[in-house]
Amino acid sequence: MMRNLAAGLAGLIFGLGLVIAQMTNPAKVLAFLDIFGAWDPSLALVMGSALAVTAIGYRLAWRRSEPMLGGEFALPSASQIDVRLAAGAVMFGAGWGLVGLCPGPALTVLTIGGPPVWVFGAAMLAGMVAFRFLPAFGAKPA
Amino acid sequence: MENFTPVSALVGGTLIGLSAVLLMALNGRIAGISGLLGTALFGAPGDRAWRFFFLGGMVAAPLVMLLIPGEARPSLAVDITASWPLLITGGLLVGFGTRLGSGCTSGHGVCGLSRLSARSLISVLVFMAVGMVTVTLMRGSLAGLFAGGAS
Repeated sequence: MMRNLAAGLAGLIFGLGLVIAQMTNPAKVLAFLDIFGAWDPSLALVMGSALAVTAIGYRLAWRRSEPMLGGEFALPSASQIDVRLAAGAVMFGAGWGLVGLCPGPALTVLTIGGPPVWVFGAAMLAGMVAFRFLPAFGAKPA
Repeated sequence: MENFTPVSALVGGTLIGLSAVLLMALNGRIAGISGLLGTALFGAPGDRAWRFFFLGGMVAAPLVMLLIPGEARPSLAVDITASWPLLITGGLLVGFGTRLGSGCTSGHGVCGLSRLSARSLISVLVFMAVGMVTVTLMRGSLAGLFAGGAS
């Protein structure tokens, strides 16, 4: 139960960070991607500061032999740079650029974003379901 | 750059980093949202509850913000201009692409880069570049540049 509550708290803080940084506003995200237009570099600062905190904090966390609430540190083990990685990033980048939403913000604004967010979210889930059940991909889940 | 909001960007980014560190320090897990979503839906049954708690916390965040009195509250604007077909196309691409590529802005961008993962670096460079090309093409920003300077 403690692990669940800890995850809930972490999720809440993550969502608050996204909202405060206005990364939940697609117009703001698209303004960052529009480097040849009226460029808004805010997203770079969001990512930079998140990255700095995480890079330091992870290393402090890993000084322990195991997580504070038990279990073990689960880190991705894949290291190969392959077509799946690149093709996935191309698809994600295109979808992100079309709308200005990525998975975290899309989920966070479910309650305040209205029908466009619900349609985007439903399509995003459909994409995940398609990945899971298409034999060529889901057979070896990433 | 009239829309640049450095202070709220730094505060928000710091909170996102703090969240990722908490989830690692307490539970030993990566805060990658597309992965959390995918495995909450299709992962091993015994290891799913905490993922729903994390995702639930995210959904609750804007509601908590609503408790802040109006004048002090940061903007909760969600300005979407994409048409319905674009929303559907974009959602499908984001859902499928993040699972195929094993991550999104959070998993690869924040957690992966901070672990110095080469896979994450490639992913971030690719999705950033493709996102920028997509927006530039959609908005015709380059045409504006050649026609006498961007606004």
